[in-house]
Amino acid sequence: MKKVYPDAKTALDGLVFDGMTIMAGGFGLCGIPENSIAALHAAGVKDLTVISNNCGVDGFGLGILLDAQQIKKMVSSYVGENKEFERQYLEGELELEFNPQGTLAERIRAGGAGIPGFFTKTGVGTLIAEGKEHREFDGETYIMETGLTADIAIVKAWKADPQGNLIYRKTARNFNPMMATAGKVTIAEVEEIVELGSLDPDEIHTPGIFVQRVVQGSFEKRIEQRTIRQREDA
Amino acid sequence: MAWTRDEMAARAAKELKDGFYVNLGIGIPTLVANYIDENIDVTLQSENGMLGMGPFPYDEDVDPDLINAGKQTITELRRTSYFSSSDSFGMIRGGHIDLSILGAMEISENGDIANWMIPGKLVKGMGGAMDLVAGVKRVVVIMDHANKRGEPKLLKECSLPLTGQKCVHRIITTLGVFDVVEDGLLLIELAPGSSLEEIAEKTEAKYAVADDVIRH
Repeated sequence: MKKVYPDAKTALDGLVFDGMTIMAGGFGLCGIPENSIAALHAAGVKDLTVISNNCGVDGFGLGILLDAQQIKKMVSSYVGENKEFERQYLEGELELEFNPQGTLAERIRAGGAGIPGFFTKTGVGTLIAEGKEHREFDGETYIMETGLTADIAIVKAWKADPQGNLIYRKTARNFNPMMATAGKVTIAEVEEIVELGSLDPDEIHTPGIFVQRVVQGSFEKRIEQRTIRQREDA
Repeated sequence: MAWTRDEMAARAAKELKDGFYVNLGIGIPTLVANYIDENIDVTLQSENGMLGMGPFPYDEDVDPDLINAGKQTITELRRTSYFSSSDSFGMIRGGHIDLSILGAMEISENGDIANWMIPGKLVKGMGGAMDLVAGVKRVVVIMDHANKRGEPKLLKECSLPLTGQKCVHRIITTLGVFDVVEDGLLLIELAPGSSLEEIAEKTEAKYAVADDVIRH
C-alpha cells in the first residue's frame, strides 16, 4: 500500500465531510500542519469539530478555517490569540470546550491506545470536574476523563520515510505524536520524505502503523513571539 | 515601599534548590530564571515538551521549532531533552517536577488558587495551570498583594473559579512571604518597607505572624 501522496489536497481525497472531527497537531504556531489546514480550507468542508491545543492566530494556522467559518466547535486548552475567534465565540457562532492541557494530551493518548476513560486529579474541585464521575484512590479524589479520537488527524513532523515512520524536531513535537495515534486516518505532512532505511529505527518517534498518508509540504513556520537577547559588547 | 516584580522574582529564586526540576509560569514567574544562584544545578521544564530550557536566542539563532510555553523563541542546552505533550504532563501530573512558580488572581487561606478565569470576561483557557497545581510537588505563587482596585487577593475563600484546591504551599507578594499551614496562613517574611499594619489592612485571609518572622 502506497502511503506517499503528491500533495495535501490529494491526501484528503475521500476523507472529508461536513460535521467531521479533526485533530490538528501543534502548540501555538509551532509544529502545525500548515499544508493540511490550507487543503481543508480549499476543500470548503464545514461544521468541523477541531481538537487542537490552540486555534492559531488571525489569518494563520487554524485561524484560516475560523475566518472562513468552517469550524463549529473547538476543543482546546488555550485560545484567544485571534480577534475572529473572540468575535465568533461572543456571538454564539462557535462552541468551545476547554480541557486542561495535560488532560487534553492524555485524552488523545488514551483514545489512540484504546483506553475509553481514565482518572486524573487535574481539575478536582473546579468547574472542569462538574458532572464528571469522582472516585477515591488511596484517599485522594480523582475525576474521570474520556479518551478522544477523530475522523482524521493532521500532524506535522520533520522527516518521514515511505512507510510513514516519523521523526519530529525540537518543540515542534508537542501534540503531534498522540494525535497521530488517535485519527481513524492520520495524514502526516513533513519537511522531507527520506528513503526507506535511512531513518535509524531506534530514533523513530511515531511508528508508521499510525500513519496512513504522508505528504511532503512547504512551511512558513511563522513565529508568534520572537524573543531575542543582545550580544554583550566584546 | 515594597518588593518590585524583579525583587519578588529574586526572592522566588531562593525557593530553587540544587538538583530541582522546575516549571516557571508565564509573566513574573518567567523572570525567576534571571536570578537563579549560579552555584546550584537547576533544570527548567517547559510544558510544551522540553527539559533543560536555555536563554533567549541571539537574533541569528532563532528557530521557529524551538519555543517555550509562552510561545517565545528560546535555546537548548547540552542537557536538553524534547518530548511529547503527554510525556510532559506525565512529568507534571506524576509528581516528577519539584517546584512550580505561578502567578495568581486570588489565593485562599487553605491554599486554593484561582488564576484562569474571570466570569463575564473573555476566557482564554487554563492551558497547563490546572495540571501543574494538581501534580507538581510544591507550588509557589508570586503575585501583587492587592488587586488594581486595592482589594485583598489573599482571601478567606476565592471568589473566582478555582484552578486547584488546597495546592499552594507558599505565596510571595509585594509585601511579604506567607506559608499555607494547617489552620490558615503564616507570615514568615516582611518585604523591606512593608509593615504588619499594612499587611493587616490589605489581607482578608486568616494568618498568623511567625515568631521568627524575617524583617529586612
